[in-house]
Amino acid sequence: MSDLSFLPETNWRCGKCGEKLTPRITNVEYLGNTFTMELLACEKCGLVLIPEDLARGRMFEVEQLLEDK
Amino acid sequence: MDQQSLRELEYRCIQEQPPWCSAACPLHVDVRAFTAQAAAGKWDAARKILERTMPFPGILGRICDHPCENVCKRLEVDEAVAVGALERCCIENSTPQSRPLVLPGKKGEAAVFGAGLAGLTVALDLARKGFRVSLRYPGETFGAGLTGLAVPKEEFDQAAALLKRIKVDLREAEIPDQAALDRLLENGLAVFLDLDEPAARVLAEGETPDAATLVLRRSGLFAGGGPDPEGGYSPIRQAADGRRASGGMDRFLQKVSLTAQRETEGPQETRLYTNIEGVAPAPRIIPADPGAGLSGEEGRAEAGRCLRCECMECVKACVYLENYKGYPKLYARQIYNNESIVKGHHKSNKMIDSCALCGQCEVVCPNDFSMANLCLSVRESMVRRGKMPPSAHDFALEDLRFNMGPHFALAQNAPGAEQCAYAFFPGCQLAGSAPNHVERVYDWLREAMDDSVGLILGCCGAPALWAGERELFGRTLDALREMIRPLGAPTLVTACSTCYDTLRRHAPDVNTTSLWEIMDRTGATPSPAPGRVPAALAVHDPCTTREHPKLRAAARSLAGKCGVEVQELPYNNELTSCCGYGGLMSCANPGLAREVAERRAQQHSGDYLAYCAMCRDVFASTGKRVWHLLDLLFPEAAGENPAARSSTGFSERRENRSRLRRNMLKALWGEEAGLMEPHEAVNIAMDADVASRMEDRRILKEDLQRVILHAQETGLRLQDPTSGRYLAYHRPVRVTYWVEYAPEEDGYRVFNAYSHRMALEGDRQ
Repeated sequence: MSDLSFLPETNWRCGKCGEKLTPRITNVEYLGNTFTMELLACEKCGLVLIPEDLARGRMFEVEQLLEDK
Repeated sequence: MDQQSLRELEYRCIQEQPPWCSAACPLHVDVRAFTAQAAAGKWDAARKILERTMPFPGILGRICDHPCENVCKRLEVDEAVAVGALERCCIENSTPQSRPLVLPGKKGEAAVFGAGLAGLTVALDLARKGFRVSLRYPGETFGAGLTGLAVPKEEFDQAAALLKRIKVDLREAEIPDQAALDRLLENGLAVFLDLDEPAARVLAEGETPDAATLVLRRSGLFAGGGPDPEGGYSPIRQAADGRRASGGMDRFLQKVSLTAQRETEGPQETRLYTNIEGVAPAPRIIPADPGAGLSGEEGRAEAGRCLRCECMECVKACVYLENYKGYPKLYARQIYNNESIVKGHHKSNKMIDSCALCGQCEVVCPNDFSMANLCLSVRESMVRRGKMPPSAHDFALEDLRFNMGPHFALAQNAPGAEQCAYAFFPGCQLAGSAPNHVERVYDWLREAMDDSVGLILGCCGAPALWAGERELFGRTLDALREMIRPLGAPTLVTACSTCYDTLRRHAPDVNTTSLWEIMDRTGATPSPAPGRVPAALAVHDPCTTREHPKLRAAARSLAGKCGVEVQELPYNNELTSCCGYGGLMSCANPGLAREVAERRAQQHSGDYLAYCAMCRDVFASTGKRVWHLLDLLFPEAAGENPAARSSTGFSERRENRSRLRRNMLKALWGEEAGLMEPHEAVNIAMDADVASRMEDRRILKEDLQRVILHAQETGLRLQDPTSGRYLAYHRPVRVTYWVEYAPEEDGYRVFNAYSHRMALEGDRQ
């Protein structure tokens, strides 16, 4: 299980190999805290997708929480 | 911050000190809250406030001799608020509000002899505290001493009923003799003699009780009330005696110290400060029917005269202090708590990081409380302990690194000179906002000064100082010293008062003067073209000139020499308000900084005159028309409509700085600047709304260029096959930037960008 799951409908594909993005559990880290997120990623090239609303929404909130911890 | 320093800080802030009226009232009636309700015509609510501290408001409220009125702050304006008359008005326009609370029964018994206001108060207080209380008075003497005063008989009946309701054993009876009194005391009772009762006075044998405890002669025996030592009769003193005696009797029965921690009882001095500047005289309301006293309507109007005395001097002046809905005493406590918690949420980080550190509060405070010193010392401690949120100041600190790096930092002797007596130090913000002014001023200085004038581009370190980054600040100053030394230790001519103030305070070994003083002294004032200069401007003093009156005077003098009538803003000179940039407020709390700027911009309808490039840009960003002093002094370099020039964006500031360095190096010293970094060759374009979004998100053009360069070189990017656009990410240092872009003819078009600070697995840290 991941701490956060984010698998939106998307048109983005891997620009390197052209493959579709598939869900992948990814480790993220901030200020010494590590947790996992389920993100869309290219299985082959490793590129991940963090959409704008995730970066500026939930991720930003978690960053702020960790900064004030 | 330790407990001791917290206490010292809290003591300085006097906002919680009582107003003069409540301090002088022997019962500490909350007059301020009472008049607030009365002014709103809420007489029941007003009575509730009296009931909190006043025994038998139905009696005392009608006859109080109101010592509060002798110390009312309004006396300095016209006449005291008629608190006595208002109390009477309140009693007549309201009904009793709260049933007295009685605490659970306690061991101990008290006997009260005499039913004057003092005796009644003792009985009331002790019964409410849960003691067994008996009250004896000779027939027809209930309310002894009060007969003849304007108290209707039914109020005494109600008082008696109230005492009975809270189980006071209330009886008409002869006052016992000395032997009976001795027996009561031997049995451990606390006894009170109301000296308004002649028979009780006999028992006192002409002695007067101890003033602090009202103990008479021997342990357990208390006495109070009676005729005033100075003659006359004071009902409030009667009640206060009863209150003081009941406190002592409570202590006696509970076998604790009779004297410890009783300093706050009775009339007090207050350390409160209330500014009465601008309070319009408004004479007392005279009742239409003097016999009946104030009517409800008249009472409302009279209560409206109350100034609701408080200090709030700093909060009135400062949007930041106002924003957190308290005052420094509360903030100091919150900040102390924030410092002390080991685990958990640090709720005050944002407040600590939002202060402009401008020092205005310290100047307006009657006790010199400085939020700036408090916030700065705590920021330094947060940085030391690794508890400073990285996002608070990163952007400004990156800017500092840029300004002390190869794209901007420069130290040159005057062209052709080996040493220089002076060096122009325009600072990073003037160079970023108006590079043409830097060039023009440097030309002027070289012409106007007899000695040779070098040039130093760089940073004074203020952002590091403000961020609490002591170590980085020290390194920045050292780097600046290293730049200055080869020029022969010239005196720095600063165009920015922040540089001036920072170097004066923290690098006294560096000789510093201000451009404004030099220009004013030299007298070589340029002559602006007629018609170009406005007739009058309202001058905004930068907060970093607070301790430098000569700078403020020179700026005014120069504007005057240009033919401008200088108008003053409220909070000017040493009281000036920050524009919202100081202390990195705009970095840590952009929304609040914007409000600060907007409020300052609204204080005068005319165009402003700034003499700090950052103040100028901040006001311009709110849409305010603002002139920089250099716009007046060098109109030919100021552009067509200088007051309407918009604020310079973050990316543009950096570009202006590098371009300025490159242009000046080439034009004046014939040197070529170093090679560009590869990302600078990436040509990008975007629509205005995208550019404005990047500005709000603190994403620089060079951040976009780096991402695109990285994506194009590595091929690592996402693509939307339908639109053909790319989405790429890259993490140069501590922030990951995402850019949505598409190639176009001679470069790339950027459609969007965003960032996050969390690192994905495998990211370069």
